[in-house]
Amino acid sequence: MANEISVRTGAYPFTTRVQGWLEASLRFVRQRPLGAAGAAIIFIMALSALLADVISPYDPLRNNYAAMLQAPGALHWFGTDSFGRDVLSRILYGSRTALLIGFASSFFGTTLGAILGVSSAYFGRKVDLIIQRFMDLLLSFPLIVLALVVVAIFGTGTTNVILAITVPMIPRSALVVRSSALSLRQMPFIDAARALGFSHRRIIFRHMLPNVMAPYLILLTAFLGQAILLEASLSFLGLGVAEPIAAWGLMLRGAAVEFAERAPWMAIFPGLAISLSVFAFNLFGDSLRDALDPKLRVS
Amino acid sequence: MRQYILKRLLLMIPTLFGVAVLVFLLLRVAPGDIVELKYAGTGAFAPKEAIERERVQLGLDKPLWQQFVSWIWGIVRFDFGNSMWTGRPIIQEVSIRLELSLELAVMATFVAILLSIPLGALAALKQDTWVDYSVRLFSIAGLAIPSFWLGIIIILGFLIIFKWMPPLTFTSFWVDPKANMMQLIWPALAVGYRYSAVATRMTRSAVLEVLREDYIRTARAKGLWERVILVRHALKNALLPVITVIGLEFAFLIGGLVVTEQVFNLNGIGMLFVESITRRDYTMTQALVLLVSFVFIFVNFLVDLIYAWLDPRIRYQ
Repeated sequence: MANEISVRTGAYPFTTRVQGWLEASLRFVRQRPLGAAGAAIIFIMALSALLADVISPYDPLRNNYAAMLQAPGALHWFGTDSFGRDVLSRILYGSRTALLIGFASSFFGTTLGAILGVSSAYFGRKVDLIIQRFMDLLLSFPLIVLALVVVAIFGTGTTNVILAITVPMIPRSALVVRSSALSLRQMPFIDAARALGFSHRRIIFRHMLPNVMAPYLILLTAFLGQAILLEASLSFLGLGVAEPIAAWGLMLRGAAVEFAERAPWMAIFPGLAISLSVFAFNLFGDSLRDALDPKLRVS
Repeated sequence: MRQYILKRLLLMIPTLFGVAVLVFLLLRVAPGDIVELKYAGTGAFAPKEAIERERVQLGLDKPLWQQFVSWIWGIVRFDFGNSMWTGRPIIQEVSIRLELSLELAVMATFVAILLSIPLGALAALKQDTWVDYSVRLFSIAGLAIPSFWLGIIIILGFLIIFKWMPPLTFTSFWVDPKANMMQLIWPALAVGYRYSAVATRMTRSAVLEVLREDYIRTARAKGLWERVILVRHALKNALLPVITVIGLEFAFLIGGLVVTEQVFNLNGIGMLFVESITRRDYTMTQALVLLVSFVFIFVNFLVDLIYAWLDPRIRYQ
């Protein structure tokens, strides 16, 4: 058991851990203002998703035919759409959809990929070969094509969209995690764990996975922006979440283009919401990558 | 070299075969029967006999392996079967749309190259000045802005400022090049901007790296013009990683085409793809996935070749 004590952080008192986190966060803000700005936007987005019920001025789903296609004003800050629904409220609720699908799919995709990548590196030989060939196969589909294939099989809807975005993330995560797990495999502490007679599962989950946390986190944040963008694209194509759910991509579909001249706000604000959130996740992800992995730093 | 090319080309066959198996199986483990789903999708009432008849007609009553073998055998003879929706040969449906999508893809690639190389080089030369920061902001924004939204904004801008809209019916380049360009340049811009984002960042870091090389110092010491140093010495050497990135990011291009054709109402491969999925046209979906994967794999192969051709230090075994 001796080899586990050094891994456990629980040995430190709680206050020290909080202080450590605070210091690390402050350092992050000071050294990487852009990443911190991204984090701030993500924070605002998460807040509006959580508090959508409280802060939304209107019900995002209620049609109001007395107030169709109204320009932005005091009553409707971002205007209304062709059903008289409040655009601002729909954007606030839309951040829920975006974050839910974004987080769920990049979490599942990265995690499953990490488990496959680590197992691949740990077992080596035949297992490695089979997993790698299969991942290569999945990688020969462009991201959106694989997502569209999954939608073609299982149909549309929130759960299926999460699945559709998760699947193409898996091989991309497995590839990166495997390469950092390969060097881990040669470490003495893995040999020690094996000598102690630990099961394969235990070595993979308790000894190897915690040590690929850095690439895991980097991938997770990098995929988040992509997942949000992919969800918006699928919904825009009518192959994502279904009406009347408030989703940014869906808001840009159909009426937004049809009424583009008369009601440009219908097309402008949801697109801004998508761009801003993906921008924020990219900024944060890039900074996190630089902070966690100095080797990957470009110039 | 010839041996290497041959080997790579042959290696494509098992990969594509794998793709074919995967797509074939995936579309058949789908919950529900294809024909029933198709009728459910159209919302029309379908008697049981009609469904049975169509199943037999599509060969769905045969065992799975027979269906697969006949499908693969067809592909080998360049016969992809008929569309389950229109009933017309898939080859025909695809070929009438291929010109548009290929042209759009080439134009978008040009836009991406014309944006990324000058901007990236400029940012590297003016490192850590406002020029550098603006270029970096511009490229990181390109990754965040969805190409379909950019397309909508372009249309919107024309509508509001010029009361004009890009034409909605496709004119072939060979019929009227000017009308063709006026129509396709806008979607090409929308796709190309996003496509350029990663390449711009790559150009910047590649040029920065090259500028620190000894041979640049030598060139400066010789008293060469700065412009000659930049174009002949620095940029030429920095182009390699940029080309790789442009090749690797080809997937972006395909994704961009799928959504942008929708915005500009262009009846291309991307539109066909989305339509075939919406209509549950399985034979068409299968064929298109295979086509796209083939193009994707082939482009990656081409990039490797160009790489070797540009850099004599690289010799493939």
